[in-house]
Amino acid sequence: MAAKKKTTTKSKAVVQTKAKLKPKSKAKAKPKASAKSVGPAKDLTIKICAGTGGLAVGSQEVINEFAKELKARGIKADIANKCVKKTGCRGLCSKDLIVEIRQNGNTEVYQLITPDKVRRIVEEHIINGEPVFEWLAGEDYHNFNDRQTKVLLKQFGHIDPEDINAYINVSGYEGLRKALLQTTFEVTEEVKASGLRGRGGAGFPTGLKWEFCSMSTEPSKYIICNADEGDPGAFMDCAIIEGNAHSVIEGMIIGGYSIGSSEGYVYIRAEYPLAIKRLEIAIKQAREKGFLGKNILNSGFDFDIKIKQGAGAFVCGEASALMRSIEGKRGMPRAKLWRSAVKGLWGKPTVLNNVETFANIPLIILNGAEWYRSFGTEKSPGTKVFSLTGKVKNTGLIEVPMGMMLREMIIDIGGGRTGKNKLKAVQTGGPSGGCIPADQFDLPVDFDSLASVGSMMGSGSMVVVDDTTCMVDLAKFFISFTQHESCGKCVPCRIGTKRMLEILTRITEGKGVSGDIELLEELGNDIKMTSLCGLGQSAPNPVLSTIRFFRDEYESHIEHGRCPAGACKSLRQYIVNLETCKKCGKCARVCPSAAITWQPKTKAKIAKTKCVKCGACFDACPFNAIM
Amino acid sequence: MFNKKCQGILDKYHKEGGSVISILQDMQEEFGYVKEDAINWFSEKLNIPASNFFGVATFYAQFHLKPRGKNIVTACCGTACHVKGSEAIIDRMRADMAIAEGEDTTPDGQFTLENVACVGACSIGPVVIVNKKVYGGVTLDKASTILKDYNDSNKDRK
Repeated sequence: MAAKKKTTTKSKAVVQTKAKLKPKSKAKAKPKASAKSVGPAKDLTIKICAGTGGLAVGSQEVINEFAKELKARGIKADIANKCVKKTGCRGLCSKDLIVEIRQNGNTEVYQLITPDKVRRIVEEHIINGEPVFEWLAGEDYHNFNDRQTKVLLKQFGHIDPEDINAYINVSGYEGLRKALLQTTFEVTEEVKASGLRGRGGAGFPTGLKWEFCSMSTEPSKYIICNADEGDPGAFMDCAIIEGNAHSVIEGMIIGGYSIGSSEGYVYIRAEYPLAIKRLEIAIKQAREKGFLGKNILNSGFDFDIKIKQGAGAFVCGEASALMRSIEGKRGMPRAKLWRSAVKGLWGKPTVLNNVETFANIPLIILNGAEWYRSFGTEKSPGTKVFSLTGKVKNTGLIEVPMGMMLREMIIDIGGGRTGKNKLKAVQTGGPSGGCIPADQFDLPVDFDSLASVGSMMGSGSMVVVDDTTCMVDLAKFFISFTQHESCGKCVPCRIGTKRMLEILTRITEGKGVSGDIELLEELGNDIKMTSLCGLGQSAPNPVLSTIRFFRDEYESHIEHGRCPAGACKSLRQYIVNLETCKKCGKCARVCPSAAITWQPKTKAKIAKTKCVKCGACFDACPFNAIM
Repeated sequence: MFNKKCQGILDKYHKEGGSVISILQDMQEEFGYVKEDAINWFSEKLNIPASNFFGVATFYAQFHLKPRGKNIVTACCGTACHVKGSEAIIDRMRADMAIAEGEDTTPDGQFTLENVACVGACSIGPVVIVNKKVYGGVTLDKASTILKDYNDSNKDRK
């Protein structure tokens, strides 16, 4: 039995299961053998993702199935249901459910697992030691993972996010220990030297921000972690908290020590229930271990963290709006007459950083600024986590060094286009960013080069679109988002975005007039210049950047009443191709407005006046006869 | 009963500053929506004008001033879901549920359809959430099937 308890240092982090399989076998774990020669199970760990992405494809059913199958065969095992991330343990959730089986020192990863596949895996792999090759993770999985540089996400999928000991075992809270032995000045200097720039979007140097705040002599100060990830299309912050909340907490404690604050807040979206739960658990555990509370690690430094749930307002990602929201008020930004490092939450000096920024801090303190600078570029050091989504093969969470070419991220890691449609552009930075066309994919991704093409880093969302997406419609989508989320305090944003939305709407309906493009540009630039806060100042970016790179699409809508991507509903027209119509009548049956006339053995006909352009017939036709 | 529920929420936040949002959140949890009576009750107890509560409640997307349906269907309208066709899915679901223009709840109170900016599950978009169960990679037909499941199960229970 003793031999069964043997754990490798790496796998300490996860719950080890002792599989009582073929008890006669006392052979020690073989060092890395070929996949085929996995012997009878001794150390058996099964890791299954149970995040939002995993749950959606049935991870709970798969977990139950594994439990059932193993129990039926007398194999005693707790399955490590240690998911990490909403999107899937290893970020690659387009291949969910991903199941990792570690047995006798060999690790195999399966992709696209469903409950009915479990029995065969248990019988062939776990009992007979023959992995089921056809279900193993393929090339995409390796391309996706091998080209990344995982610093922040290194422990994701390996440690249990709800167990502080797992984090401590991988040198968690070592950064804090080291920081507390230094003076606050030294800590701030180290962060400054690392060149870390705020990961929330604007890229302000974190060390400088801390320095401003630490200079204030005010006795009470606050440190806030911004986890109000409102960007549609971004989920990195949520992922980091779900996957390793302790790293964020540790970063906040170090930040609190550096600026001399004893109270921290995490402002988190109420839409992220799993992240909130994990954060609560992590804070409780950190208190029990003495990392939070009075006299942390006998250093005489006190610090504690409170969670404030946001209530769903995009503008609360803006610093001053966020602080007002914590104060229980409407989240409206204030004029920037002073920095929040001088007068922030409750009128006290406040430092506000994003989740990913805080998660970087322990690593910087532990490994030093020099180490950190070894990643990324001169002006944007370190790595950055992106959520790569949209029309690419491999969607998910990726971490790459700053300065990587867009092409490498989208084509090599993302696996390129999904179908036969050509990739058109990538949208970065959410509603504040812009679109970068495919012919400019040879662009290094860092704060400055993205800004140079009229986009921005934002929090790191990357949505790839192909030629079935209409750029005017996409711009309209973002403007309707910012218009809806505008707090209404300043006129340019409140009314300006409304007018832009009206113009874009009429263009997509084929009612655009000449001069609309110029009007959009003029309005956009005015809004950028005169809005009160970052939301308004960046709201026109999606429109301006699509006009810049895809002006022809706007012109085609206005001048020819045609949507090149075929995405704008009002400009669509459905007709039956009489040559390919096989008279099956499927289209007529699905039409919700009875616009299709069809009799058995006759070809279908669509009445234009009745058609509501829903596209149901187009989807239903098995012969692609509807155009 | 009503007083007791309100008092319970009040006790939790009595000493903290900036608790308007937290009170509203708990109120919604307790009653299912933000109740006018409850706002008046708190306004009196805390000496905060009711208009403050309403101001905050109408500012944030999370709060609802009307009772909601039995099943909450949340359609994600984030960028990733949008480019993968969430709009058509929402249209289909509205048609399937026969929700009137400008409304978000079915006349029989079975379903409430809501749009949300992003649920943070972009890589499996388009995403639809029904009563906290997440469905990824939703297609038009799948959307209809999902709704049917919930409707039928309700009928069975009756």
